[in-house]
Amino acid sequence: MAAKTRQTRQAAVIGGNRIPFARANGKYARASNLDMLTATLDGLVARYGLAGERLGEVVAGAVLKHSRDFNLTREAVLGSRLAPSTPAYDVQQACGTGLEAAIAVSNKIRLGQIESGVAGGVDTASDAPIAVNEDLRRILVALNGARSASARLKLLGKLRPGQIVPEIPQNSEPRTGLSMGEHAAITAKEWGVSREAQDELAAASHRHLAAAYDRGFFDDLVTPYLGVTRDDNLRPDSSVEKLAKLKPVFGRGEDATMTAGNSTPLTDGSALVLLGSDEWAAEHKLPVLAHFVDAETAAVDYVHGRDGLLTAPVYAVPRLLERNGLTLQDFDFYEIHEAFASTVLATLKAWEDPAFSKERLGLDSPLGSIDRSRLNVNGSSLAAGHPFAATGGRIVASLAKALHEKGSGRGLISICAAGGQGVVAILEAVK
Amino acid sequence: MSNDRLRDFSNTGIAGRLGVPRVPLLRRHEPGRPLLPGPALVSAVGAGRFAKPIGALVEESGQSVVESAGEDKLAAVVLDLTAAASLADLAAAQQILTPAVRKIAPSGRLLVLGPEPAEASTGEAAAVAQALDGLVRSIGKELRAGATANLLVVAADALPAAVDSSVRFFLSARSAYVDGQVVHVGVPVGAPQDPVGMDDPIDPDRPLAGRVAVVTGAARGIGAAIADTLARDGASIVAVDIPAAGENLAKVANRTAGVALQLDITAADAPERLLGHLRERHGGVDLVVHNAGITRDKLLANMDAARWDSVLAVNLAAQLRINDALLTDETVLREAGRIVCVSSQSGIAGNRGQTNYAASKAGIIGMVRAYAPRFAERGATINAVAPGFIETEMTQKMPLGTREAGRRVNSLRQGGLPVDVAETIGWLGQSSSGGVNGQVVRVCGQSILGA
Repeated sequence: MAAKTRQTRQAAVIGGNRIPFARANGKYARASNLDMLTATLDGLVARYGLAGERLGEVVAGAVLKHSRDFNLTREAVLGSRLAPSTPAYDVQQACGTGLEAAIAVSNKIRLGQIESGVAGGVDTASDAPIAVNEDLRRILVALNGARSASARLKLLGKLRPGQIVPEIPQNSEPRTGLSMGEHAAITAKEWGVSREAQDELAAASHRHLAAAYDRGFFDDLVTPYLGVTRDDNLRPDSSVEKLAKLKPVFGRGEDATMTAGNSTPLTDGSALVLLGSDEWAAEHKLPVLAHFVDAETAAVDYVHGRDGLLTAPVYAVPRLLERNGLTLQDFDFYEIHEAFASTVLATLKAWEDPAFSKERLGLDSPLGSIDRSRLNVNGSSLAAGHPFAATGGRIVASLAKALHEKGSGRGLISICAAGGQGVVAILEAVK
Repeated sequence: MSNDRLRDFSNTGIAGRLGVPRVPLLRRHEPGRPLLPGPALVSAVGAGRFAKPIGALVEESGQSVVESAGEDKLAAVVLDLTAAASLADLAAAQQILTPAVRKIAPSGRLLVLGPEPAEASTGEAAAVAQALDGLVRSIGKELRAGATANLLVVAADALPAAVDSSVRFFLSARSAYVDGQVVHVGVPVGAPQDPVGMDDPIDPDRPLAGRVAVVTGAARGIGAAIADTLARDGASIVAVDIPAAGENLAKVANRTAGVALQLDITAADAPERLLGHLRERHGGVDLVVHNAGITRDKLLANMDAARWDSVLAVNLAAQLRINDALLTDETVLREAGRIVCVSSQSGIAGNRGQTNYAASKAGIIGMVRAYAPRFAERGATINAVAPGFIETEMTQKMPLGTREAGRRVNSLRQGGLPVDVAETIGWLGQSSSGGVNGQVVRVCGQSILGA
């Protein structure tokens, strides 16, 4: 019971910074994770006047990571204008990385272990870590350990031309061999998610993101990078009609509904949020946009079980709601990460389905439907793009600002991740 | 930034033997350096009340003061003519100045303090007061080797403390490119006792310590130099620029340990957002530098509405709206607030192909004069600086002929640097510069354009 009696306090979302997201092998093709994360951190430092400041902790990560980046976040801090006495560590939970980092920092703030922190992530699908061929790697490792010239010569004799073929990171699940899109297509078919509904969601994402840029919503959330001033995947003139012309890329035959337009592209980018205690924010004359209320993670057995790869948030949300005494309808904003349009739509269908809710979620009645006008109101990954570890930071900062603008209410974040995992969280406006 | 090859070549031995006229290397301010590099002549005609305190100021800075020109080179010549009222007084001034100008050192300073012609009690006194204008401007054209000549026209009821910051500026290396200027100094606005009085002397190396300064258009060029210079002098910087310039803006904010605010100042809610930011994040503002400006050059005959409108919107309309907001709001602009607007030589002299730009920059001068009494009621001032040919990325891209012509048509035979504009703004931004209000100070090396 000792833990229960410990006093906790609120963790505040103060603001955020991200660079515009860019489609892979494009504008940021030559930028490394470290370059992007450092620039994003410096943009955050500039926005909040933190040059020379020691923060409690910086926590971030990347999904696609070079072995040299073992201490990526700490190196970014050392390259930034923050005080070098600011500690940092890396986390990695696939697409849940950014949100998981924010959970870690806000928990430490709530416990009084730190007063301030930065959380987020970065990813490049362009500057990918290509490794040497596995056979070659084994020979090189043995060569490194060989003690005699004859042993070395023997090992060198094992070299074969085929070993020059490198290991390239795959966007597929190690245990199924299926790509994420193929997994999502299975779920889309299972829930009967239509092509039209997916295209509508995609068009809305572009429309919302463009409108948010036009009204200056991102003026204090984004700092341009390498000459890019807006997410370059954004198509303000996107429409259901245009999207309907695209050919399906995932799934087969009549069930193939998923296109390049209603799936997120490979993207480069980085995003961070600034968190702190209310007291720290007040001392630094910084605004509190929202409070980080609670979070939950879930995982599903997509390998042998019946669940889809990206359906873990379906399980995480009811647990989070129950712990907080809330219903699905108690939110003013829903930020459901658009890995694929079909993922968002399948998730919503699952929460509405009585049989699924009873049998799989163990609920007497389904969570029900949401007011779709509150979903991803400032655009989401289909329009902005999805640099895996950066998405959580993007969503937390944007949702916190939306809550601050509204001046009341709460928001729900739901992010699906590779490995059959899901990370969800609640933010609340500060009154 | 300066890429003046002629200046560099003219200072070599070969150029000297060839008889190439030397383009002087101007002395510029470096923190920790003394006010003057050598002795100063400080003198007065009649009962001038400023010579004595200025002499004390020079001595306090570590330099000796002489009363007449001798063998030594003079780093500065200060002549108090505020009591001059007759042609005989004017003749006495000539007797002092003639031997003095022969001894002025390279990058030396000649500063005359004169009476306000409008306050003269006789026709002769008014004539003499106005005569100083022609006298000083002509000296500026006569001096060589980077020396400058400027005139402070002082109101009869202004105390010596009122001119202190202006005297320091014009004597120092901070005014390197300010030449041939006439600045009126009156009784400081605001509280009768200057907020930074004798009890709380200003650190001459950090005269803006504790002050919050907003700089618009701060991502590059002159705006970035303004942010750097004001930060060097102790100000906390709020660097503002359009969101698209945010990458550079963040660099400027971080190197000045300031704050970046990405804001399009032409947006409808820009004044509200700017003032809200200043109120919430900084508890108010002491110095607002309206530097943001754009050019969309075209002959008037070919001008379209888009070019006209965008230039006027950024360069003038945005400043008007922010100034109105600062006047209306009671919580943001603090006591001893200072507004400095960046005008331009084009606004004074006009420039072919720049009708829109020149109109906006001349408009700024009208705005400053009209707002000065209104800001004075708040204990604040508003002034303009008008840069001449300043070496920036923009001038580097000019055709060689145009660039060379622009550079040389001034008494210092060279373009100024962004820091020269910034130093002038820093002087006007001090709490102790309350005696200067509604003025336009050119930073042009005494350009012949528009003079």
